[in-house]
Amino acid sequence: MTWLADNWRTVLDLALSHLYLAGIPLVVGLLVSLPLGWAAKRWSRSYPALITTTGLLYTIPSLALFVLMPGVLGTKILDPVNVVVAMTVYTVALLVRTVADGLRAVPDHIEQAATAMGYRGLRRLLGVELPLAVPVIAAGLRVAAVSNVSIVSVASLLGVSQLGDLLVDGYNRVIWGELVTGILACVTLALLLDLVIVTGSRVLTPWLRVQGGRA
Amino acid sequence: MIPSLVSWFTDPANWSGEDGIPNRLLEHVAYTAEAILVAAVVAIPLGLWVGHTGRARWLVSLANSARAVPTLGLLFVVSLWLGPRITGDLAFVVPSIIVLALLAVPPLLAGTYAGVQAVDPAARDAAKGVGMTPLQVLRQVEVPNALPLLFSGVRSAVLQVVATASVAAVISLGGLGRYLIDGIALGDYPRAAAGAVLVAVLAVLLDGVFALVQRRVVSPGLAPGGRGVSGRGKDSRSVEVEADSPSTPVRAPA
Repeated sequence: MTWLADNWRTVLDLALSHLYLAGIPLVVGLLVSLPLGWAAKRWSRSYPALITTTGLLYTIPSLALFVLMPGVLGTKILDPVNVVVAMTVYTVALLVRTVADGLRAVPDHIEQAATAMGYRGLRRLLGVELPLAVPVIAAGLRVAAVSNVSIVSVASLLGVSQLGDLLVDGYNRVIWGELVTGILACVTLALLLDLVIVTGSRVLTPWLRVQGGRA
Repeated sequence: MIPSLVSWFTDPANWSGEDGIPNRLLEHVAYTAEAILVAAVVAIPLGLWVGHTGRARWLVSLANSARAVPTLGLLFVVSLWLGPRITGDLAFVVPSIIVLALLAVPPLLAGTYAGVQAVDPAARDAAKGVGMTPLQVLRQVEVPNALPLLFSGVRSAVLQVVATASVAAVISLGGLGRYLIDGIALGDYPRAAAGAVLVAVLAVLLDGVFALVQRRVVSPGLAPGGRGVSGRGKDSRSVEVEADSPSTPVRAPA
């Protein structure tokens, strides 16, 4: 505790970088996954190919992906962009399937009713199908958020600064206070992101809170 | 990047001795196997019990929420705490294996539990109805029906352990992670990149092996498409990929 009291400014700075390195990929990943997931639903032939490719990307261990990024992107190994892009890849890999499955789970009769009421194309997607898929997509996003926060700390091994620095430094210099603070800060950040997603999902799906209400 | 990688892979020095590719690869596979075995001995019976009796479901949620703990932190804590209490080479290996096994528990537990949980209650009742004992219901009905989800848990656990084993090189574990960690420390990018390629290939290969085993072991009636139809028929399109694609939902990578 005394360690935290003496170093809370550093912890806060590192937590902000951590949030940035884990959070930006979450947003970008979601924005990329929405059209891809929709495409997987719209053209059913593309579904196996998309799911297999993204699943394959997901099997690549994080440290390996971080190290390979400079070779692929032509960046320097210390560049935080490597981490942001690698985390975006993981987020997309996880979310494409979730988005596709969420959209596919919208019952046919609801789509037909929406069509009958004059909803077409993009308007039906954004106004009816996507909102109904929000709970499923949010569940995927929660998994991605928690795993992103944990993975980002590994980037300290490459010298990209965030909360993982506390873990590495605490270990190397055997400062238990620093090590434990690092772990607790990571867990707290993961829980905060989780809370934001759960809240966002509730706000976007008011009908689920109506008594007995089900999509 | 490609030429330097090729020259690293074609250098005979990298193919022999303790730091050679065959030895590092074997080490990596051995750590993975040990950790998965230890975790499976604990997690699979526990998952079966929770799924069969419906008791202590909080165990599954507890294991799942423990995933928010950063794997790097867990490695450091266990190594700092246990390392000095163990002598010799084991001081590096034992803490790592413990952490790897700990990380494999949540996906194994969740997969086993979810598999048993998802068994059609009608099938369970029918088994009871024809006079099966609870143990027979478990062994002959629940376990076979739980296999698809159990396997997806095993595959997640394997990927998680392969990934974390390479990170564990930072606490002096052997395996392919050595190339990554030493390459980064020495500023030897070709070595680090070669390690990255090797780990990635190993992960994909192991997942493929388990996918094949899964296809052989799971009853054809449960296979996507149903009733042993493995073709790409139009009516089975919605689920056919599930068993083949690397599993994502129950995993948080390291």
